[in-house]
Amino acid sequence: MSLVAPAREPFAAKSSVFDLRWIFEFAIHGVLFVCTAISVITTVGIVVVLLFESLQFFREVSVWEFLTGTRWSPLLKPQHFGVLPLFCGTFLVAGGSALIAVPLGLATAIYLSEYASPLVREVVKPMLEVLAGIPSVVYGYLAVVFVSPLIRDTIPSADLFNAANACVVVGIMILPMVVSLSEDVLQSVPNSLREGAYALGANKLDVTLGVILPAAMSGIMAACLLAIARAVGETMAVTLAAGATPNMTLNPFEGIQTMTAYIVQVSQGDTPAGTLEYRTIFAVGLALFVSTLVLNVFARWILLRVEEKYE
Amino acid sequence: MSLTNGPHGRPYAKLASRMFALFCAGATWLCVTILMLLLWNVVSYGWDSLSWEYINRFPSRFAEKAGIKPALVGSLYLIGLTALFSVPIGVGTAIYLEEYAPKNRWRTIVQINIANLAGVPSIVYGILGLGLFVRAMQLNRSLMAGALTLTLVVLPIVILAAQESLRAVPSTIRQASYALGATRWQTVWCQLLPAALPGIMTGVILALSRALGEAAPLVAIGAATYVRFLPEDIVNDEFTALPLQIYTWTDQPQKGFHEVAAAGIVVLLVVLICINALAVILRYRFSKNKQ
Repeated sequence: MSLVAPAREPFAAKSSVFDLRWIFEFAIHGVLFVCTAISVITTVGIVVVLLFESLQFFREVSVWEFLTGTRWSPLLKPQHFGVLPLFCGTFLVAGGSALIAVPLGLATAIYLSEYASPLVREVVKPMLEVLAGIPSVVYGYLAVVFVSPLIRDTIPSADLFNAANACVVVGIMILPMVVSLSEDVLQSVPNSLREGAYALGANKLDVTLGVILPAAMSGIMAACLLAIARAVGETMAVTLAAGATPNMTLNPFEGIQTMTAYIVQVSQGDTPAGTLEYRTIFAVGLALFVSTLVLNVFARWILLRVEEKYE
Repeated sequence: MSLTNGPHGRPYAKLASRMFALFCAGATWLCVTILMLLLWNVVSYGWDSLSWEYINRFPSRFAEKAGIKPALVGSLYLIGLTALFSVPIGVGTAIYLEEYAPKNRWRTIVQINIANLAGVPSIVYGILGLGLFVRAMQLNRSLMAGALTLTLVVLPIVILAAQESLRAVPSTIRQASYALGATRWQTVWCQLLPAALPGIMTGVILALSRALGEAAPLVAIGAATYVRFLPEDIVNDEFTALPLQIYTWTDQPQKGFHEVAAAGIVVLLVVLICINALAVILRYRFSKNKQ
């Protein structure tokens, strides 16, 4: 019969195809596993490279001096290896930029989440994404060419490059991050809370400030921490804007140096590899890595708890 | 009206509510205005320097003669190579984590690890690249070392975006495919990847636009800032990139170089906005299709 397929031979052939297919599946599985391993290896690589060079650095400079010293001048004689001025500069810039980005960003997020019409959202959100996509070197340029003269006109005693300068541009830079993360958190507050509050006779302000904001507060905190972590790791804008003088000060109108800017300074100079001066960038890199890691882990932990709360 | 808005309760409640709405709207429009102002400032400052010769010239000690050709070419090479490395590895990792890995503690650890890698400052990747690619692997300050370093920077972005879009594929598609006797890889290759492609591409484009604008890791690996030739050999020749060239010019005290830097930023932003617009369009079409 022509309609019925002949029921013979194919079995043997089929099973060998079958084997090949499973070998192929197995190989693919292996390749994908290796891909995944790369991300783990990257982490290990960061830790090993930073630790290996830092350990050699700490053989000559005590950890105590590094962490508590208040002078940082590894490239000049007499050398001092206290990282606190760099640390202070970093957090002055991060704190200052958060002061600008958090109120503005939070208000924007509230507007977009609670008040704005769908049309406004559709227009503003992509614009903020464009703002988020602008490279940091552009902000550095703006700091040098526009913000710095502006600040010097207002406060003549300010240094040419100063922390305030960096705060302004880094603040604008992390703004979109604050907006989009906070808006996500606000959106994740269940509608039943809004409806419940309206049913009790609250007006929009009561609902937003009295119900939605408190419910979203921990998530917003996490968003701010993530933005601060970004500001801590921010490099090019800060290098161009804040000057290159390690300075233990809280005055935003003085020149300072951040950890990232110091790494850039040494990378660009002609410090020979293998010297103590050269190894400072690994020690500073380690301090930077640990600071951002702590901020990130803490923020993710808060976000995770928020997710559990509303699921 | 509600009780709280009554004359005896809180006379200013309505006013306060309206003021707050206005305040929030004001903040939003301030953000948008800042964006416009920044872009307008840069464009107006760099407009005069911008010309075909500028794009086609090499850098110079004189601002009037400076051009951006090697930086532009270097940047294009860089994102090309970065895409070549980061897309297969990133998408592969996402597929493994979503479709293959058993849902156990190891998977959670890897997942947390990737989320944290996304938050590591790019200059730390630069230090890693310096230790690993430039010195240990002897790639020197070549395009290869730069591209590998940038690959590490953007890999978490690609992985997270690809994972998210794989997760968004309805599980009925998986079940149907398996029910028809497809193997795991056949399911991934023929069903899941095509369905997740727009989302993955959006993530890839965002990652590449990040790589295009990144200068810090390149500074850390010691990429050159003054190059008067085009890179020909990707593992030996020195190179420079757009953001790096802009940084160098901005760092000069002379005003002339600032104008050249502004023109460079315009070139960089034009490339970036094209890339980002593509991402927005892709996502828009994707969400339309789903509805």
